[in-house]
Amino acid sequence: MLRFIIRRVIVIVPMLFIIVSLTWVLVRLAPGNFYSGEKKLAPAVEKNLREKYGLDKPWYVQYGKVLKNIGRFDFGNSLKYEGQSVNQILLRGLPVSATLGITAYLIALLVGIIMGTLAALKPNSWLDYASMTLAMLGISIPNFVLGPLLVLLFSLTLFWFPPALWNGFPSKSLVLPALTLSAIYIAYIARLTRSGMLEVMGSDYIRTARAKGLSERQVVTRHALRGGLLPVVSFSGPALAFLITGTVVVERVFALPGLGNYFINACFNRDEPLIIGIVAFIAISVLVFNLLVDISYAFIDPRIRY
Amino acid sequence: MEQNPQKDDRGQIDSADLHIGPEYAVAERDVAELLTGRVVSGSSLWRDAWRRLLKNKLAVFGMVVVILVVLGSLIGPTVIQRTTGYAYDAIPKDASLLKSFPPFRGPDGRFSFAHPMGTDSAGRDILARVLSGGQISLMVALIATLVSLIIGVSYGAIAGYAGGRLDELMMRIVDVLYSLPYVIIVIVLLALLPAKTPTAQLAQLFFALGAVSWLTMARIVRGQIMSLKNQEFVLAARATGVSTPKIIFRHLVPNALGPVIVYATLTIPTVMLSEAFLSFLGLGVRSPRVSWGSLAAEGAQNLAVYPWQLIFPGLTMALMLFSLNFVGDGLRDALDPQARRD
Repeated sequence: MLRFIIRRVIVIVPMLFIIVSLTWVLVRLAPGNFYSGEKKLAPAVEKNLREKYGLDKPWYVQYGKVLKNIGRFDFGNSLKYEGQSVNQILLRGLPVSATLGITAYLIALLVGIIMGTLAALKPNSWLDYASMTLAMLGISIPNFVLGPLLVLLFSLTLFWFPPALWNGFPSKSLVLPALTLSAIYIAYIARLTRSGMLEVMGSDYIRTARAKGLSERQVVTRHALRGGLLPVVSFSGPALAFLITGTVVVERVFALPGLGNYFINACFNRDEPLIIGIVAFIAISVLVFNLLVDISYAFIDPRIRY
Repeated sequence: MEQNPQKDDRGQIDSADLHIGPEYAVAERDVAELLTGRVVSGSSLWRDAWRRLLKNKLAVFGMVVVILVVLGSLIGPTVIQRTTGYAYDAIPKDASLLKSFPPFRGPDGRFSFAHPMGTDSAGRDILARVLSGGQISLMVALIATLVSLIIGVSYGAIAGYAGGRLDELMMRIVDVLYSLPYVIIVIVLLALLPAKTPTAQLAQLFFALGAVSWLTMARIVRGQIMSLKNQEFVLAARATGVSTPKIIFRHLVPNALGPVIVYATLTIPTVMLSEAFLSFLGLGVRSPRVSWGSLAAEGAQNLAVYPWQLIFPGLTMALMLFSLNFVGDGLRDALDPQARRD
């Protein structure tokens, strides 16, 4: 187990290196730069600014600096937001995105597992068909359509929730974004739970549990769910990557000051340190999270050994 | 079961088109004869699957909707232009028409069939825009899926057939790529390298989307090839001196087609969604071309006043994705050997 963890941690470093290098090369290869925007600066001013940010140095010096900075977890200063370090911006955007993502994922786990379990306990009943059709709808309606539709209904018609506002957790302003983001995960988790539970419910150890006289509730909650939820756990790894994509859209739709919004703006502004900083940060979180998911398998399913 | 000669014809065409090796069909029939003790009439894998698919009501509903939307997108814009004169990008010359009319309302505010989905803020017919947006969305989805199919099938087949060290290395690479937040890299790519022309932009989209969606396909194909490569027909091919590439692509890959087709069907809606997502962020299809994603992006901005600008493109796309997913699920149930038990 320990050897497995060490091996996986060692793999993270070259992967991070590849992602950051790829992003850096893309930023560099792209025609134009931060200073070639609409507002032309006086040549002397631009020269001074370039010197300040080290953009006048040869490429290998700059590349080396980027790598060194990431090693120290310090991504330098943003070009667009003058006087602010990338770290400050990350610290400002992260709580918004994390609150949104975690709330949405918890909603999805709760609703999805309940929906999937109910469907699996009575396969081919109306309950099963209803929840699976609902799940298919969740997969099919894109979040950038669902979000505005929810706004139209709950903000602009019923006036229950604000359309674009951020008051943190818990607040009314979180309801619509979190619902929008969670829809597709509710759907995925419900489908995964259903198929996982259906498989487990027919297995020998459930028959044993029933044979020893456990109540149906105990069979389901103590025995079946533990095995039936394994697919849901393995989904949590890729789910983080999807959640990050999702938050980009939802933050855009609801105009929330999260990482996703900063990232898109940084790409459009060619704010090189901010782009690389956010990409590196996302990559690190995804890699570390995947490792945690793999480790957690061993605790949930005692049959898995590394 | 009722016999429909047309269906049987289709079944035969299917299996012929898909280069099903005779080895497979013969082996299956032999086993069936051994087990049941009677001669089984030649019912191919594909014809069986097709029959099962037709029994699945949701999948049939999905297929009908998909065919309708595809036909509508292909001929709809031309038909509308011929009959009413509204092209998807035609801005009316009369200045009083340069605004967004609700569905089924004429300029005088009374009921009219001129614009069943209303018009957008520049007075363009939304129905025509949704249908020609469908052309682009479908084209991007199909070509990007094809790109991912080509990469994924070749990669998976080579890894599966080679086995050993090479297989280990190739699959480790897939594992590594799996855990990358690739959408982030696609966003950087499309935002920083904007194409010069709308056509180049589309080509960039095909490759960006295709290049990131082949991973699961590679895994599926590898698994299939590994289970097939030790069968007698491969040995026979090798014994008669067939070259390795030919064994892989003429003998092994055609026999792994079932799961490949299922997964490709499920890739189409995923890619379509990714294209819409990128277009929504302003990174995908650009004006004057439209796709469902870019139309939804436009509509979302005018949501409070002109909700129909979002509702029609959004619901059309949702209906299409819904149907494609049902077709994919239906195909999986029809082709999955485990589901065949019942």
